[in-house]
Amino acid sequence: MLLTSQPSTDPSPNASVPRERNTTLPGLITKIIFLGVVLAIGVYAVPLLIHYQMWMWLGIMVAAVVLIFVIYLTKRFIPGKYLFPGTAFLSVFLIVPVVLTVGYSFTNFGDGSRSSKEAMIAAVQTESFKRTPDSPVYTLAVGVEGGDVADGPYTLFLIAGDDPSQKVLAGRDGEDLAAWTGQAPTITDGRVTAVPGYKLLTARQINDAWANLQAMAVNVPGGSESGIKVQTPTQAYEGKSSIRYDKANDQLVSDSGQVYPNQVVGTANCFVAPDGKCFQGKSWLQNVGTKNYSRLLTDSSIRAQFLAAFAWTLIFSLASVGLTFLLGFFLALTLNDERVRGQKAWRAFLLLPYAIPGMISLLIWSQFFNKDFGLINQLFGIDVNWFGDQTLAKIAVILVQIWMGFPYMFVVCTGALQSIPGDVKEAARIDGSTGLSTTFRIIMPLLLISVAPLLVASFAFNFNNFNAIQLLTQGGPALSGQFTRGGTDILISMIYKQAFGGSGTDFGFASAMSVLLFILTGVLAAVQFRITKRLENLT
Amino acid sequence: MSSSKTQTQIHRHSAGARKRWWVEVGWRYIIGLVMVLIVGVPVLYIIGVSLDPQGSTTGSSVFPSKITFDNYTTLLGGSKGPFLRWYLNTLIVCLVVTVLQIICSSLAAYAFSRLRFTGRRVGILALLLIMMFPNVLAIIALYSMFTQLGEAFPIFGLSTIAGYVLCLMGGALGQVWLVKGTLDSIPQSLDEAAIIDGASHFQVFSRILFPVLIPIIATTAMLAFVGIISEFIIGSMFLKSADSMTLAVGLYGLLQGDKTANYGVFAAGAVMVSVPVVILFLFLQRYIVGGAVAGAVKG
Repeated sequence: MLLTSQPSTDPSPNASVPRERNTTLPGLITKIIFLGVVLAIGVYAVPLLIHYQMWMWLGIMVAAVVLIFVIYLTKRFIPGKYLFPGTAFLSVFLIVPVVLTVGYSFTNFGDGSRSSKEAMIAAVQTESFKRTPDSPVYTLAVGVEGGDVADGPYTLFLIAGDDPSQKVLAGRDGEDLAAWTGQAPTITDGRVTAVPGYKLLTARQINDAWANLQAMAVNVPGGSESGIKVQTPTQAYEGKSSIRYDKANDQLVSDSGQVYPNQVVGTANCFVAPDGKCFQGKSWLQNVGTKNYSRLLTDSSIRAQFLAAFAWTLIFSLASVGLTFLLGFFLALTLNDERVRGQKAWRAFLLLPYAIPGMISLLIWSQFFNKDFGLINQLFGIDVNWFGDQTLAKIAVILVQIWMGFPYMFVVCTGALQSIPGDVKEAARIDGSTGLSTTFRIIMPLLLISVAPLLVASFAFNFNNFNAIQLLTQGGPALSGQFTRGGTDILISMIYKQAFGGSGTDFGFASAMSVLLFILTGVLAAVQFRITKRLENLT
Repeated sequence: MSSSKTQTQIHRHSAGARKRWWVEVGWRYIIGLVMVLIVGVPVLYIIGVSLDPQGSTTGSSVFPSKITFDNYTTLLGGSKGPFLRWYLNTLIVCLVVTVLQIICSSLAAYAFSRLRFTGRRVGILALLLIMMFPNVLAIIALYSMFTQLGEAFPIFGLSTIAGYVLCLMGGALGQVWLVKGTLDSIPQSLDEAAIIDGASHFQVFSRILFPVLIPIIATTAMLAFVGIISEFIIGSMFLKSADSMTLAVGLYGLLQGDKTANYGVFAAGAVMVSVPVVILFLFLQRYIVGGAVAGAVKG
């Protein structure tokens, strides 16, 4: 009913719905070019995505191309032609991420656990490569084939130091070292100095790419126990791993005999070091069921912090909306009086905080509250450490919200006041109502009805207003004994910290928090729906 | 005697009028002035900091010790980071995202307002609900999606403007409501006449309705544009290389790098970002206020 409540504008079934007519020539040409481009992109992208094994993106790509052809090649699906572009973006960059987030919340996805168990074991072994007395040494050249010198992918060209035939070997990340089978390279002084089709890195470029080269896993045929390690910009050696994977007992064993058994630490499995922590802080991507949720709901410290952040999120949003509204309303009442001169000038000037981009205002205010040289302390001659104390920081956050937000409310209320007919006020006065009681009994309720949807929308916006916290206080001050929450952290900024903060990124757990936040936002949206709808019925 | 009495009366009368003026009107000016101070002082102060070569951090004075353009030349010179590049990046991102969002939103609004199809009402409700979830709630998934995408297509990876734009397109239908509302208020007879004249549905949209929509679209575009300037969370996560940053990410980094030393330079940047936007706002004030009241909330 909400959406079709205006019968005069509701599309009537047949009469007015246009049909696809015979297409004009320019239209046809545009269509052919467009579909051609889509097909070309698809043909280019699909093999690449298959090569990188990105099945999700492959699915998205194929679905997009097929849908575009089905919708735009035929003369049917007219609404689809208009809805497709926006809906496609919305689906890929809003709905898919939400679904993925829900998926992550059931895993231990994080910095130390991104890859499969096999890949993790291989990485551990690669990193532990050691040079043994009899390990072969190679001359080294590093090349890129069309790729980026700074990012790779790199190919190592090696010649064994003791090989009189100077046979060239080539190795790529994740592949076995093998004899070079491409076009003949140029060899000078026992080292590859040019390869047709490749760009060889200079010593300096190799230094710049050092971290990437060290992370390369080029295996020597016969297993991941030994592999090639870049030693200097001109030299590499074959190293032997000091860590062995004992498949039978599912554990890692080091050369010195230390055993790292596969056990549960926290919510997930990993190879456990003697100190009870995961070996090198590493684990692998695995399903942990609802452990993230149970940790969130049953760990009393975490639950308390989540609830504290939730409470502050509510207070923050309510105070932001309520106080900006009150100030805006008060100013609108004050200045919206025919006896006050220069109405336009007042309004234009007071609009200033609304006109300044929000992030600029927030960053400026973060400086103003600085203890040592901030404007606030200077102006009032005080020495208050605003962001050092939880309560003061919260007050500062709200004050800034008021400064930034009151112009919007002022403008909205002025508009609403001007739309209240004069005879309403006149009637109230005749009934013996005085100025103040007219304001509160007659004007305020009328005004509230017209601005309530905006207030609710503003509340919903502030509920996830990450900028207002991050740009001002970064969620600080840090609280002792709290796990990630700072004194002014709202839910969304707390989750951001959990996911991308400095200490131990735990995407799985952060995703579980995000899912709870989805639910809260959904409830909020439903409430917003109801209020807006009820008000629409009222007016 | 009598004359002096009249004088007192007159005096008393005008004092009473003045008192009444203060009670009824005068205080309004005072409150207005207080608000002007609250709004104006921070703005003037930051302009002062931007002109002060020492960035107003050392002295105890609120006024700049000396007025120079040193901070501006430092910032434009690029020694604190490629400011002009950030400016350009921000312009590109805001323009591209705004234009694409407006196109997607207008097309969808046309379908919802003028075309009949099954699932129309469900679709519109679902959209209303979905758009309430800001995509920052799914930042972790977006992060890994774009890490992947960047491996296959480096131009859409993290630290690229194209990838960032693509990610922001999750809000492609953010402007549907305003446009649909306006479309609903345009009489259907306008398109019916065109259809009888042999216009196709696309011609009805592009030649008849779109021109009527231009004012509301300009307003929405302006609000969306300014909102995107302030986008920070996805930017800070995606744009790690200095050359790919937007103003929001770059200026934040500048300030975090060294709050004291970079204060003046940051203030200069803040002034240079705000001045064009504020001027635009003042010129388009009427339309923007109208659009804001119609339901858009600026970020």
